[in-house]
Amino acid sequence: MSDQDPQSYYSWFGVDDALCGRVMAAAMDRGADYADLYFQHTRGNSVLLEDGIISRATSHVDRGVGIRVVVGDQTGYAYSEALEAGPMIEAARTAASIAAAGGKAPPQGFQATESPGLYPLAEGWDEVSVDSKLPLLRQAESLARSLDSSVEKVTVAWADGDSRVLICTSDGTLSVDRRPMARMFCSIVASKGGDRQANSANIAGRRGLDWFTEDRVADMCRDAVDRTMLLFEARRPPAGQMPVVLAAGASGILLHEAVGHGMEADFNRKGTSIYSNMMNEKVAPESVTIVDSAMHPHERGALNVDDEGNSTERTVLVENGVMRSYLHDRISAKHYGVKATGSGRRESFRCPPMPRMRCTYMESGESSREEIIAQVKNGIVAETFTNGQVQIGAGDFTFYIKNGWLIEDGRITAPIKDVNIIGNGPEAIRNITMVANDMQLDSGGWTCGKEGQRVPVSQGMPTVLVSQMTVGGEDA
Amino acid sequence: MREQLLQQARDAVKAALDAGADDASASVSSGRALEFKWRDEKLEKVQEDTTRSLGIALYVDGRFSAHSTNDLDPARLQHFVSDAVQLTRALEPDEYRQMTPPELYEGQAQVDLDLVDSTLAEVSREQRIQWCRDMEVASRDHADVVSATTGFADSYGLSAICMSNGFEGLHEGTSVAWGSEVTLREGENRRPEAWWWVGGNHREGLPEPEEVGREALRRGLARLGSSRGPSKRTVMVVDRENGSSLVGRVLSALTAGAIQQKRSFLADKLGEAISSSVLSVRDDPLRPRGSSSRLFDGEGIAARPMQIIEDGVLKSYYVDTYYGRKLGMAPTTGSSSNILVGLGDKDCDALLDEVGEGIYVTSWLGGNANSTTGDFSFGVRGHLIEAGKLAAPVEEMNVSGNLLDLFSRLVMVGNDPVPWSSFKVPTLVFEDVQFSGS
Repeated sequence: MSDQDPQSYYSWFGVDDALCGRVMAAAMDRGADYADLYFQHTRGNSVLLEDGIISRATSHVDRGVGIRVVVGDQTGYAYSEALEAGPMIEAARTAASIAAAGGKAPPQGFQATESPGLYPLAEGWDEVSVDSKLPLLRQAESLARSLDSSVEKVTVAWADGDSRVLICTSDGTLSVDRRPMARMFCSIVASKGGDRQANSANIAGRRGLDWFTEDRVADMCRDAVDRTMLLFEARRPPAGQMPVVLAAGASGILLHEAVGHGMEADFNRKGTSIYSNMMNEKVAPESVTIVDSAMHPHERGALNVDDEGNSTERTVLVENGVMRSYLHDRISAKHYGVKATGSGRRESFRCPPMPRMRCTYMESGESSREEIIAQVKNGIVAETFTNGQVQIGAGDFTFYIKNGWLIEDGRITAPIKDVNIIGNGPEAIRNITMVANDMQLDSGGWTCGKEGQRVPVSQGMPTVLVSQMTVGGEDA
Repeated sequence: MREQLLQQARDAVKAALDAGADDASASVSSGRALEFKWRDEKLEKVQEDTTRSLGIALYVDGRFSAHSTNDLDPARLQHFVSDAVQLTRALEPDEYRQMTPPELYEGQAQVDLDLVDSTLAEVSREQRIQWCRDMEVASRDHADVVSATTGFADSYGLSAICMSNGFEGLHEGTSVAWGSEVTLREGENRRPEAWWWVGGNHREGLPEPEEVGREALRRGLARLGSSRGPSKRTVMVVDRENGSSLVGRVLSALTAGAIQQKRSFLADKLGEAISSSVLSVRDDPLRPRGSSSRLFDGEGIAARPMQIIEDGVLKSYYVDTYYGRKLGMAPTTGSSSNILVGLGDKDCDALLDEVGEGIYVTSWLGGNANSTTGDFSFGVRGHLIEAGKLAAPVEEMNVSGNLLDLFSRLVMVGNDPVPWSSFKVPTLVFEDVQFSGS
């Protein structure tokens, strides 16, 4: 089927303009400022290679329609897994229970919106058989095993998914999107002289099978093995506050936790974010420009249309150190009287959308990585990460470093491991003293959780020096 | 409804066998949920869900796969299952993957777990909203409150499982939760926040909404004036709501999967001390009204209470049939249920008094633990302990170490677990723990 033809999506879901109009009318029957229908059909597959054999595969199908009714900043929500008129209209009536009276008239038909086409695939995941994925897993396993004789266990996991969405809004718009996703994961356990270490690497994106080339898969395996071997030499850094150099790439996790969540407009609308009163203020040095964009083709955070039918964009959060925009969904955009930034996202048809990040990164600056490291007397480099978290109001954020390096007298001296970093968001970005010219998006498969909803995101960073954060090390 | 779900599971197993599977295990789950969120004296969100889905595990020519769908149209489901059987043939044979041996189904306890609160269905929309309002009023009772969001949510779930080698079972339960999240103003920009949610499968025995709202506010006010504590080694007292994540890290390293995959720092430790003698841990799936209670586990194995740790000594692993076969270990159960940590004889105040000085942890913030080595590093918030009492609030600190070493430093446990929790851990006192702060 064509990826952008609304009629083909209508027939995929077994609905049409008239039926959507009836469901919409039921949703708006008690009065509503706004309503939307979010049809989704997702198919996913996974394959696992463990202990030398391809021992497991899974598949799943999930489909339904989420119906949302908005009155001011109040939301009524219900979904139906059945796509027949009866259950859909019943769900619409349930969602409408939030409304009392008045409101807008339902639209007369729906007009299709344009799509930027950020992730076309030569072959959709629906058409790829399991047989064609298996050689990739075997290749990865045998390469990983061959790289170091201390490798004890290699696990290679594969997951792909194909999601179709159709969004009708009470503004009379109709948006469709087909969203592929694929991820490959290699994890290693190695043993040396009674010591055992484990680590992993993964690559992901809105990609097709052709992106997973032999070279790319080999690089992922090398990363996984190298990162594991480093742990044998690694130690804990000292405890306390010190300068932290964030390596280019995955260090974007700092932006995600320290800045991005606090800039989601729902928190600011409620006055619960530490950034609530900082719009158009200088929050960071001039060298700092932070962006959240849906427009990077094939990245996990790429989106042709957001989950409430808004067109997507590149949103500058912080421009040359000055705070410029929150991330808005429809409700917050209306509250602030601005245009939605295309940031309304949801995990599935089971959940109402809220402002979320897409691909968050910092623009390159003018320093070099070498200059930055040479500046640090005693500190660390943070290189790979497992997870992060933030308290939006207090601004405290953390991220967990899996691999990094100790810096002594401006030189990298030893690997470090397993250490949590904690800091305060506004303080951390104020304390960014150097930004290098090597911005890189991370190709790993990051997932962001908020209020129980998980969505795929991307992140990136140039090498950056933060003059001080609290490192969860151990005193010798 | 029960019979209908069971029949759907049986039909799916039959479809799998008809399509050429040697064995199959199917489960059908249905549920409904209702959630109210309240803020600024009005409803912020109402959500109502009903859901049904089917999962099926297939054993085909020594190969294995698992599938799920919420499209239960009989004709399409039949296609889905037969496609899944075909897909399984593309995999490699796995001699360890077999159906649960039927003898493990036997001996199911004859107890009423009492997991359904039938009064929930009778609670009106108005009453639910009133409780949300009560919580908000209690939570907003201070000039510095910026926002309080309260909520009331409940759900009902019923699942049926059918296995081709003779097992059938039903599991049914309700769950209900309510709580409040409070944000306060501090200085120009800081917005300290706190929350308290309570929940269980019955409404009875949970704190009244008004009390929950008040407690959320008290917790928020306690955060005002937080600063970084000092970097040092000192006593760590973990409050009764936060010990579960430390004990949980230990339990997750006790699964046969972690051991067989060489990702457990607790492999080969059966019969050895993995903690100070102060710690005992029991897993009891048969507690009436326990949130994690069950008569059988996901593989159909009859549930039994199990001593995991006794006086610091490791007594049992969590062994499922698959990794158990790989390891040559007898299956117990693959996953934990209700956890009960053996109690001491002092409450939190008495423990603090005895400790004198240290840091009291009231929440974790991020961090992680390496299950292969036991190394951990967590963000923490809480209070300084001075002269046996809680003193200034602290934040932006980390605590780091190794879990085996940490539990060897467990010197006291309290007598005060949260009564309605299914993971009952009292206040825990560890001596000489590394904190990093200023």
